[in-house]
Amino acid sequence: MKRFLMILGFCALTTPAAMASDSGVHLEPMEPDHRDLPSLQHGAKLFMNYCLGCHSLEHQRHVRSAEDLGIPTDLYQASLLPAGADMGSHITNAMPAEGAKNWFGAQPPDLSMVTRVRGTDWVYSYLKGFYLDPSRPLGVNNDVLPNAGMPHALIELQGVPRKVCKQAPEGGRDGLSGQPMTSEQCGFIEVEAGTGLLSAEEYDAAVYDLVNFLDYTGEPYRLDRQRIGVYVILFLLVLYVFTWLLGREYQKEVH
Amino acid sequence: MSDVKSSEKPGAVMAGVTQVVDWIDARMPLVETYEYHMSRYWAPKNFNLWYIFGVLSMVVLVNQLLTGIWLTMSYVPAGDKAFASVEYIMRDVEFGWLLRYLHSSGASAFFIVVYLHMFRGMMYGSYRKPRELIWLFGMAIFLVLMAEGFMGYLLPWGNMSYWGAQVIVSLVGAIPVVGADMMEWVRGDFLMSEITLNRFFALHVVALPIMLIMLVFLHIVALHHVGSNNPDGIDVKKHKDENGKPLDTIAFHPYYTIGHDLPAIVLFLIVFCSVVFFAPEMGGYFLEPPNFEQANPLKTPDHIAPVWYYTPFYAMLRAATYPLFGMDAKFWGFVVMVGAIALPVVLPWLDRSPVKSMRYKGAISKGMLAMFIVSFFLLGWLGTQAASPFYTLLAQVGTAGYFAYFVLMPWYTRVEKTKPVPERVPA
Repeated sequence: MKRFLMILGFCALTTPAAMASDSGVHLEPMEPDHRDLPSLQHGAKLFMNYCLGCHSLEHQRHVRSAEDLGIPTDLYQASLLPAGADMGSHITNAMPAEGAKNWFGAQPPDLSMVTRVRGTDWVYSYLKGFYLDPSRPLGVNNDVLPNAGMPHALIELQGVPRKVCKQAPEGGRDGLSGQPMTSEQCGFIEVEAGTGLLSAEEYDAAVYDLVNFLDYTGEPYRLDRQRIGVYVILFLLVLYVFTWLLGREYQKEVH
Repeated sequence: MSDVKSSEKPGAVMAGVTQVVDWIDARMPLVETYEYHMSRYWAPKNFNLWYIFGVLSMVVLVNQLLTGIWLTMSYVPAGDKAFASVEYIMRDVEFGWLLRYLHSSGASAFFIVVYLHMFRGMMYGSYRKPRELIWLFGMAIFLVLMAEGFMGYLLPWGNMSYWGAQVIVSLVGAIPVVGADMMEWVRGDFLMSEITLNRFFALHVVALPIMLIMLVFLHIVALHHVGSNNPDGIDVKKHKDENGKPLDTIAFHPYYTIGHDLPAIVLFLIVFCSVVFFAPEMGGYFLEPPNFEQANPLKTPDHIAPVWYYTPFYAMLRAATYPLFGMDAKFWGFVVMVGAIALPVVLPWLDRSPVKSMRYKGAISKGMLAMFIVSFFLLGWLGTQAASPFYTLLAQVGTAGYFAYFVLMPWYTRVEKTKPVPERVPA
């Protein structure tokens, strides 16, 4: 009975929107594009280099990625396939579950369908939401998922993000000068210049590509589904015309 | 069929077919059954669009059975394999994603057409004498369908599957004295586990589909025995021609089957396939986001809500917030929910109106039906939302509206003024 009340309590306290961030911060929109092969290829490369150490894609096979993303097998094997893995195997890593629990407090989740659980906006904003926080065990915290147990894996690309306060518009205008009113507001993330390999725009594009790839692994057959769907609907529309004409012949007899 | 050469001549084929039919007919009533249920089943000629949802229920049932059989070929009902096996179907089985989306969207489509089919019955008084038994079989189908949908929802072993089932099974625990033991009995374990998954699988793929098919058969046998009602609620059997065919009727086959149903089925498939191919998650209503991660007994989803087709009843469950007679609120919520599901069973005996169809009933009946529909939609929406004091109040109002429709029916159907029902179906 206690468990039931607990569950009802959860229902009562929490919000329905699965796509909202845990902390209520605004999520940046991210519209995936499974047709953009260069983006997906870049995303795959980023995943293999920066994410696979801890996170698996245990429902996705290497060969599927290579085929769908237009990466030749020999190139994939040479540059993306982890040592010891074969093309037909799932994209997994060698991290021991027990060890991971000790190191991070929880096993890093499988990311095969992370965008279907969280939404692309969430993952995109999450990867842009890290900032330095010496009070955390790994030195960083996250705006989108406060107290995340994950290090900022892309920090060498982004540079060192810090929480800063700065003059920001309040929304109103000054009555005398007509200038927008500003005040010092805090909570902005600013990257220390020169600390990252990528510029701010390049980092945004890289995160976009990575999330695009993760969205692709969530539903690798999406383009097939939509392409076939068009033909199915067209066929049914034509079929409707003929069944309607046939039906009309029968209706004429009785009405 | 023994003479191969004769079939080459025109006319000989038909002769051969006739021979086979005669052979079977001498051994079972083939032609008679076909005529009774199809070509000489006299259906009222004034059916409207509302009469399509029975046929569509059959279409969806066939879809669920066929896709279900193929899904079962690759699905593994084991705690550590079920989730991965569904993804295996989606990714590695040829057109597995199509089978799965047809099945998951089919579940929602089933409830849409069944709810509309039931509303049709309520609107035109199709449950009235002599069709009470059709209504009872129909209600039994609805109950089995709810169980079928609930058990099927656990099988993907996603986190919402797990916690949704956990919440609903916990309801059994609200029964006084034996509740806790019964909960264990239903689960087969002290918590939701592989044992629960296995028994839900057995029930979902074997026991409940068999019951469903048998009940659908009985539903139709009863229907064809007394004949279909119609939007005017007129007894079409009163006026027959010299051959015994009711005057205001047409043969079900081919005039309804091909004349109306076939194009309507194609139209339905266009809508259905639009969902399957372009929006299988339906914004999180058909497939909920937390169900794309594996069941985790240690991680409760942020917001547990049942799939949309249970939400009106779920909202009524949550609407009970007061302990009464020494029983806690949870118990009364359970009672209210069971009552809401069971009350429509006695509908044929609650309606005391001299007329069947809403077309000839009075203003109170029309108002009450409208209020019932508004309450049902309101409750359905509330069931998807997190509870707040205001929403709880709304849910209580909705629950009152839902129950008032049934409980007050014996009174308002008797006192209101009805319009005279014509003898014959209006042209």
